[in-house]
Amino acid sequence: MKKLILILLASLGLSAGAVASEGGVAWDKFPEGKVTDMAALQHGAKLFVNYCLNCHSASFMRYNRLRDIGLTEDQIKKNLMFATDKVGETMKVSLDPKQAKEWFGGTPPDLTVIARSRADFGKGSGADYLYTYLRSYYRDDTKATGWNNLVFPSVAMPHVLWELQGQRIAKYVEEKDPHHEGKTEHRFAGFEQVSPGTLSQIDYDDSVADLVGFLQWMGEPAQNDRVKLGSFVLIFLAIFTVIAWRLNAAFWKDVK
Amino acid sequence: MAEFKQVSPNAPIGEKLLTWVDNRFPASKLYKEHMSEYYAPKNFNFWYVFGSLAMLVLVIQIVTGIFLVMHYKPDAAKAFESVEYIMRDVPWGWLVRYMHSTGASAFFVVVYLHMFRGMIYGSYRKPRELVWIFGCAIFLCLMAEAFMGYLLPWGQMSYWGAQVIVNLFQAVPFIGPDLALLIRGDYVVSDATLNRFFSFHVIAVPLVLLGLVVAHIIALHEVGSNNPDGVEIKAKKDAKGIPLDGVAFHPYYTVHDIYAVSVFLMVFCAILFFTPEFGGYFLEYNNFIPADPLKTPAHIAPVWYFTPYYSMLRATTSQMVYVLVGIVGLGAVASIVKGGFSGLVKTAIAVAALIAAFLLLTFEAKFWGVVVMGGAVVIMFFLPWLDRAEAKSIRYRPSWHKVMYGLFVLVFAVLGYLGVQPPSPVGERVSQVGTLFYFGFFLLMPWWSRIGKSKPVPDRVTFAAH
Repeated sequence: MKKLILILLASLGLSAGAVASEGGVAWDKFPEGKVTDMAALQHGAKLFVNYCLNCHSASFMRYNRLRDIGLTEDQIKKNLMFATDKVGETMKVSLDPKQAKEWFGGTPPDLTVIARSRADFGKGSGADYLYTYLRSYYRDDTKATGWNNLVFPSVAMPHVLWELQGQRIAKYVEEKDPHHEGKTEHRFAGFEQVSPGTLSQIDYDDSVADLVGFLQWMGEPAQNDRVKLGSFVLIFLAIFTVIAWRLNAAFWKDVK
Repeated sequence: MAEFKQVSPNAPIGEKLLTWVDNRFPASKLYKEHMSEYYAPKNFNFWYVFGSLAMLVLVIQIVTGIFLVMHYKPDAAKAFESVEYIMRDVPWGWLVRYMHSTGASAFFVVVYLHMFRGMIYGSYRKPRELVWIFGCAIFLCLMAEAFMGYLLPWGQMSYWGAQVIVNLFQAVPFIGPDLALLIRGDYVVSDATLNRFFSFHVIAVPLVLLGLVVAHIIALHEVGSNNPDGVEIKAKKDAKGIPLDGVAFHPYYTVHDIYAVSVFLMVFCAILFFTPEFGGYFLEYNNFIPADPLKTPAHIAPVWYFTPYYSMLRATTSQMVYVLVGIVGLGAVASIVKGGFSGLVKTAIAVAALIAAFLLLTFEAKFWGVVVMGGAVVIMFFLPWLDRAEAKSIRYRPSWHKVMYGLFVLVFAVLGYLGVQPPSPVGERVSQVGTLFYFGFFLLMPWWSRIGKSKPVPDRVTFAAH
């Protein structure tokens, strides 16, 4: 019987790494501490409304929910609301879908739960993806927008944060393919900064982390409360389990 | 009808009230029959907690479901939004929703373990055939419930999962297209589909499910529970007619189950509060993208609890159909040569095999895939008559039977694993072998379950005092 259980457990372990997507760039690890850091979340919110909310909506996210990350209603109204004056409204966008189609070839996706949808088996969380994606833009004059992205080739969105990061180009090298004799591979060999942005690379990465932290938080505003509450629930259940265990033993000691 | 009981005028108010009720409704009688004087074997082990846990999860699903329906909108234009509304704006909505989504997976975990317990201890055997059959029907309802409930969040996986499965019905000969149309209520999965699935998910199937659960428990309490030794405890009773190896369900198994419930809730809550998506297995990542009928996801996989069956569906390719034809032929030849039947029966077998082979080759493999997938569940209903082993419990069956059950679990898990993977040539071969093993396990059971020497079954259950 124990063997059966072991076999079962072993096979469950096997399936843990299911559906690992092949190919593509490995994702960088998003610094997860940002999701519980109020200052970072507030900075992320500011970046979000300034850079993303012009084209992308977050139509399930209400402005006044930003109180959860330590902002007052006044601060929200004064600094973060451009499209509406009602603090109970959701983050809609005034971009006309027809124009969007013309400019980008489609409506930019809603960003409310974007961080939850972009995770991939074996590659990382949605936040990891976004953190990598927003740091992987480079100049590519063959594209209509003049920009390309390493993790999302031929992406429709131009590099909105380019003023912060500056302009980079991608360098490629030709290498011998280890699997095919005589063939060469076109391999990515890093970015090269061609013009500086207003932020240093470290500051840029940090700002993107703040922004992604905000996106992650916005995907599920209850997530920090959830984890806190969960700890108390588990402590309660642990104590209750001990009581239930002893109660059970007390009744069963009479059964011979 | 029971006699009308009189109670002394000085009796406490509680006793008076209970007597009043008992004279009109069998409250005490039901309580005794199902709780305080329902005698269950005292040697239940770990495997026997999953029935109670399944009841607990059922209650969780019903109660959370009631609250979800208060805020959910079964409308293709609003469904996704309303789920996010529940997650954000409804007080404690996120908790209720996560309880429901985690509960769905937990339901399958406990039910699979509950069924496996029944299989290894022979709990389906005489006189418990109906307990088992009601249980299999509950499992079918549960699958329908889960499948239709999964459409409701109206994400990409909801939409395309439903699309793929409903399209399968199109492969049914003659009536397929009309049948698929009837299920969808439209030519593609749409608002009409969402509305009817919602109706089935919140009222039709739960009603049937509840009725079956009641029947399952009434049948169980009529015949009494089996136990890990497979010994009938009713065979040995004391002077009062109480089984010697029985203990009253209440309090002994109620405290036992409370203990099990608290351990279960620890696991359940750990997932619910710390990893409600469970790495994309309980809530799939793609399902956070609203359904888009124009954008097919690159990889469509059902939720984990359906993947063993999904693998069997994918395993049934046109090559596999030839293998099935071969197996039908071999089976027919073997039973004609070795079966020792009369000439008439032999002719009947030959004709039946020819017809089966003809049908297998006439209709498309996709249809047989659907038959295989459905058959994998339906075959469970026949288990009481397939098992011919001398001993009920795995404890006293020939040792090599343990290997068979071990392989069965392994094959089921491997099929489940392959079902979440994108199709691959190696995966296809492995799932074909797995499918053949799964069906062979059941269909050949009348033969293999008799091979080997059983160990002696004791008269009384084995029990070590706690």
